[in-house]
Amino acid sequence: MHPAFSVIFLTTLIGVGQGMFLALFTGQSYSAVELLPTQNSADFYATGGMIALLFLIGGLIASFFHLGRPERAWRAATQWRTSWLSREVIVLPIMMGLVFIYSLMHWFEWDTILFTAKTGARLQVTLVIGVLGMLATFALFICTAMIYACLKFLQEWHSPLTVINYILLGTASGFTLATAFANVSAPDLMSFYAIWSMIIIAAGLITRMASLFRNSRIKAKSTIQTAIGVRHTKIEQKAMGFMGGSVNTRDFFHHATARFLKAMKWIFLLLTFVVPFILLWSGMNSQSTGTLLAAFVVQYVGLIAERWFFFAQANHPQNLYYQTI
Amino acid sequence: MSVIHDPIKAPEGRIETKNTTCYMCACRCGIRVTLRDGEIRYIQGNPDHPLNKGIICAKGASGIMKQYSPARLTKPLKRKEGTERGDAQYDEIEWDEAFQIMQDRLEHLRATDPKKFALFTGRDQMQALTGLFAKQFGTPNYAAHGGFCSVNMAAGMIYTIGGSFWEFGGPDLDRAKLFVMIGTAEDHHSNPMKASLSKFKRNGGRFISINPVRTGYSAIADEWVPIKPGTDGALMLALIHELIKTGLYDRDFLVQYTNSAELVSTDEVSDDFGLFVRTDVPRDPDCFDPQDHVWWDRNKDKAVHAREDGADPYLLGGEFTLADGRKAKSSFQLLAERVEEYTPEWAEGITGIPAKTIKRLAYEMGITARDEKIELPIAWTDAWGKDHDTITGNPVAFHSMRGTAAHSNGFQTIRAMSILMTVLGTIDRPGGFRHKAPFPRPIPPCAKTGRGPEDVKPNTPLNGMPLGWPADPNDLFVDDKGEPVRIDKAFSWEHPLSAHGLMHNVITNAWRGDPYEIDTLLIFMANMAWNSSMNTDDVRKMLNDKKENGEYKIPFIIVADAFQSEMAAYGDLILPDTTYLERHDVMSMLDRPISEFDGPVDSVRIPVVPPTGDCKPFQEVIIEMGSRLNLPAFTNDKGERKFRDYPDFVVNYETAPGSGIGFLAGWRGKGGEKSMKGEPNPDQWKMYEKNNCVFQYELPKSFQYMRNWNRGYLRWAQEHNLARYAEPINIHVYSEILMKFRLAAQGKTDGKQPPDHLRKRVETYFDPLPFYFEPLESQLTDKHQYPLNALTQRPMAMYHSWDSQNAWLRQIHTYNFMYVHPQTARAVDIEDGGWMWAESMHGKVRCLCRYTEAVEPGTIWTWNAIGKAKGAWRLSGEANESQKGFLLNHLISEELPAHDAGDHISNSDPLTGQAGWYDVRVRIYKADDDEPKVTFPQFKEMPAFPGTGKAKKILGFFAGKFTKGAK
Amino acid sequence: MSQLALVIDLNVCVGCHACVTSCKEWNTSGPAGFMTDENPYDKDPTGTFFNRVQTYEIGEFPNTETMHFPKSCLHCEDPPCVPVCPTGASYKRKEDGIVLVDYDKCIGCRYCSWACPYGAREIDEEQKVMKKCTLCVDRIYDESLPETERKPACVLACPTSARLFGDVHDPESDISVTIREEGGYQLMPEWGTQPANHYLPRRKTHMHIHEDELQRADNPLNKEQRGPSAPVEEPTLDDSTSW
Repeated sequence: MHPAFSVIFLTTLIGVGQGMFLALFTGQSYSAVELLPTQNSADFYATGGMIALLFLIGGLIASFFHLGRPERAWRAATQWRTSWLSREVIVLPIMMGLVFIYSLMHWFEWDTILFTAKTGARLQVTLVIGVLGMLATFALFICTAMIYACLKFLQEWHSPLTVINYILLGTASGFTLATAFANVSAPDLMSFYAIWSMIIIAAGLITRMASLFRNSRIKAKSTIQTAIGVRHTKIEQKAMGFMGGSVNTRDFFHHATARFLKAMKWIFLLLTFVVPFILLWSGMNSQSTGTLLAAFVVQYVGLIAERWFFFAQANHPQNLYYQTI
Repeated sequence: MSVIHDPIKAPEGRIETKNTTCYMCACRCGIRVTLRDGEIRYIQGNPDHPLNKGIICAKGASGIMKQYSPARLTKPLKRKEGTERGDAQYDEIEWDEAFQIMQDRLEHLRATDPKKFALFTGRDQMQALTGLFAKQFGTPNYAAHGGFCSVNMAAGMIYTIGGSFWEFGGPDLDRAKLFVMIGTAEDHHSNPMKASLSKFKRNGGRFISINPVRTGYSAIADEWVPIKPGTDGALMLALIHELIKTGLYDRDFLVQYTNSAELVSTDEVSDDFGLFVRTDVPRDPDCFDPQDHVWWDRNKDKAVHAREDGADPYLLGGEFTLADGRKAKSSFQLLAERVEEYTPEWAEGITGIPAKTIKRLAYEMGITARDEKIELPIAWTDAWGKDHDTITGNPVAFHSMRGTAAHSNGFQTIRAMSILMTVLGTIDRPGGFRHKAPFPRPIPPCAKTGRGPEDVKPNTPLNGMPLGWPADPNDLFVDDKGEPVRIDKAFSWEHPLSAHGLMHNVITNAWRGDPYEIDTLLIFMANMAWNSSMNTDDVRKMLNDKKENGEYKIPFIIVADAFQSEMAAYGDLILPDTTYLERHDVMSMLDRPISEFDGPVDSVRIPVVPPTGDCKPFQEVIIEMGSRLNLPAFTNDKGERKFRDYPDFVVNYETAPGSGIGFLAGWRGKGGEKSMKGEPNPDQWKMYEKNNCVFQYELPKSFQYMRNWNRGYLRWAQEHNLARYAEPINIHVYSEILMKFRLAAQGKTDGKQPPDHLRKRVETYFDPLPFYFEPLESQLTDKHQYPLNALTQRPMAMYHSWDSQNAWLRQIHTYNFMYVHPQTARAVDIEDGGWMWAESMHGKVRCLCRYTEAVEPGTIWTWNAIGKAKGAWRLSGEANESQKGFLLNHLISEELPAHDAGDHISNSDPLTGQAGWYDVRVRIYKADDDEPKVTFPQFKEMPAFPGTGKAKKILGFFAGKFTKGAK
Repeated sequence: MSQLALVIDLNVCVGCHACVTSCKEWNTSGPAGFMTDENPYDKDPTGTFFNRVQTYEIGEFPNTETMHFPKSCLHCEDPPCVPVCPTGASYKRKEDGIVLVDYDKCIGCRYCSWACPYGAREIDEEQKVMKKCTLCVDRIYDESLPETERKPACVLACPTSARLFGDVHDPESDISVTIREEGGYQLMPEWGTQPANHYLPRRKTHMHIHEDELQRADNPLNKEQRGPSAPVEEPTLDDSTSW
């Protein structure tokens, strides 16, 4: 497939936002059961929520660049019964709304305690919002990933690993950002976040490599023989029917060299997983915001590469019909 | 903007439909044009038109983009003072000035030396009119494109069977069982061929294609027989060999309808050596072919009058001795002796086709012809008065095109093929080859050129036709030294039977002043500065070359064209022509009608939209010039203009006063009640328009077959002035006509003889029986250095160079590859999609390579005329057509290297002057990696001509007054 | 419920592209248009077309087959492009099974083109909505056209009548009979899209020759034997023996 930067930015940015929110919520729920010290609402949760929201908005803006007719984008919510894209279009604003409410409530400290457990754990309203937001976040991860995973012809995408990777990678990026953020506004939590970031990164590395391994062993179901319905071992296309390119030649192939593709794979593996892991470790120990921030930035760049590779690696069967000018 | 959703609502706008005739190629299908608010909304095949019955091809369906192309010329243009030809620097002028310029110049030429005016047209659709103009003007220097296209196909067959392919005749696929197609990619009579081929296949017919390349129709052949280019003659002769050897020939047909059994004198010393033995039948001077030949009767064992009642001749029988002691053999015996050495094994070495396959092909043809005979219950009477109850057919049909014709051995190859078709007994019979009116015609047809310089006089129409069919050396258009009268040397000893002229040598000869200089060259719809020339680069230089005094060697060039073509840039005066949708036109019996097998058909074009800008149909220009120059056919006794305009001319012109023969055959007579012949009918155009712009005459069934020998048909044709003679047209298996030229070369005749340096050439090639020889250029090429053949094929979606200005068609063929067999390419390290050079002894081109398995390994090929010059056709300088497309013509020369026949002999068939396009030999090699990734040669970019349109960046065509597209 | 579809007969398609440009001209000025062309007179011209004709080579010289292959939307019975569309612009009509795009609803997100394994959908670069073959739905029900012309433009144009149109759900329709009798097949059946368009394969006609067809009693060569030949000059056995 041809990697469209609008979609790359969309999914990576909202992934950061989603992961960031999960981090905040995790932190808050741990605080609620007093595994972690409570943090200042405004400084940490509200600001953090806003940061998450900014990333979500950024992703949404990026997505509009992918549409031919953005002015009608509202229509995209109507086919939720059949289309994962439609579902995403519904869930994303819901999630953004919940994050916004969450941040707002924290900012104004509208945080009624609904109920206190015998152990001392407190159930605040924001926590309820947070649970809803968490559910929305996972729903969004699933919707986003399923947009790609549900296309059975794109065998590289059609696997539960796609969903798992979206979840883990988005969460990892958000947690890394949360680590850097925590170092500034909630230093007690920084190590917590750093360790969880590293765990999620490691998990993500395993699942992403599993996905690469699976994809390298895919046997294409479609061949030129099934594409045109002729049984012969030697079939070659000699003309596509047009010579100046078309949507079929532009949108479905990455147009890079095989070497470039391979390079991108190593780049993303390093930058998304290995380098951030090291930087997190180092930053955790040195408590350096700079290093931690660097971890996030490097990881985000790596995620761009990872998402690019994700698209580029998918072989659409229609390419069988478009091989030779 | 309307959209697709339920319910479907059609866009508004005023709708009208008009029927006319397409002209995206020379097929001339009937089309129905739908207009919305005066813009073209849809062009479909006219379901009621007999030629195409509703179908239409890619080109026809893209007429909209031709009509609205920015490359349209819309104003007469005059080259700016002080600029060079080819630089395309023009001033817009008005028609009055253009006409005056032409009148002044041509008046002077007509009064002094008319042959200094040369008129050559690319498309021979209007040949009747342009030919008439040339004859009336008095210049012999006129031809259409046939000489460099496929005159061999016309001449080779017409000199043998009295008819040919294209719209003159074709395979009867309705009843054929076996169809053999040779040397055809796709041709311009394409849509009917496609339709009948599809029906033929669906009815279980077997289709064999013989071609070096597998493109076009060959894709759906049941069997593809790859053959080396230029060797088809060897195959034909080997097939004839095998058919004679096994007795798979149609004896009855050969005996009765050909000259096979007729005796030829074989006495070397006698006066009539090589000529038919003749009896003393008194010769009727009005007779074309007195029936005075002789057979040797099997029963009486002596010579008898041919076709005498009860006679039964030997077809073979060895050598006979006549009563007066002369020795004689039958034509067929001579043919059998000729093909004796042409065994399938011999042919295998030449063609690359296994001998086994050649034998099998011969058997398939012979057995199908013999065993699957058709009998139609149609009674007919033959020319000798015998009644027949049925019409027999041998269902083996052939078709052939340029692949066999465009070689210097093409005439003899095609004669061999015609004889093959004859031997199988398939001429004008069901399931075989069938003529289309006005054919069959006598062998050869009656039109003759002048005979010498005395036929060209100032202020006098030409004596004789500008083009004709020599029957005899005395018919040649030469002076008393045997030198040519025409600028292209047609009808001279260099190529005597050059019935369609030699357009490919005009510019070179004019530039060289050999045989003489001309003054004005008028080119109509012919891209001579590009794909319609061989040796394009040099031709462009020649057009721009000057004498020492600064005058151009060809002083004045007028170009009439509808589009900014490469040739238009070389005109001193440009006349903007209309497109086919903007004018009246005739597909006339007098030039190239669209007849069906069962009778003559002609058609017209009527304007569907008004002319764009100041475009004027070229026919109107001819009529205007004819009037201004006081040419007799165009002016009355007082010197006034006789015809108001072209439609008026078509209605009222008669070939001779009161002859009743005009350009259109339908709805003649005062009220339109007559056909073929009749008084002019002022409402003729209206009647055509009402009837789908076509007139179709169906011959009675008993006149539809065996027309060479069909008394009913021959008389009908005579009555309707299609032909002068009603005698049978027996097939010339042995060609006495060719023998006469050979005898002249041998000095054995009184009358015209060739100049000494051409004697040997004429003697060699004017063989009364077909023979195989290596193409002339090939004989003069070092085949170790240049081991490969290079050809072009015609794509189905483009017609010559006509379609790169078309926004839709050019998306299909934006540039062209050189197609090479992988083995051939890999042998010199050329990659699939890589840059390569192809070089002949005349030139070289750099181009992109594409591997293909659908070609015989010794041949490389490309699509014809896709490559364009930079900036031509209003394409941007960066367009792929010029940067990645290329022209094979750069490798081909219009002249042969100097050899014993002469220094500047045309690269053509020595009998007909047919350009030897496919004779060129090349070698290929890889381009270096550091070479620029563009094709070679490149040309200076042509700027936009004044009056042409704006080439939009984005086009969203929507006919009518609604949104017409953005930006 | 009928399912209208096309049948493409590869046995007679000569690759003339008539279907490509007749579709373009019909639809660019119709409700499915306009159909944009970019760089129409410049480098790398590209445009919206609903139908393309491709060329494949099968096998190796000298047994090469050249095959021309037209492809347009196959109007699948289980079209993968319909459920993925977020706005419902992509839909399949119940009454005749034609898959269409509602230009008013389409947001040009291209998801449907990703979901089509055949590459049948294009985004129009000017109108920014997805476009594809409509089976000329604006022709086939148009009562102002004569009944014989209520067919897709490509079907009417095709010179070899390689394109046939009809209802594949009606077992007695011409095209259903043709599919059955000529072995019509679907493209990429492994994905279960059930394309309604079918293709007819190449079929060859061969000729078998029997040995004895070459020798016949009525062979015309038999008539070429001349009478007894002249006496030979050389000595023969007959001259030299005495018993």
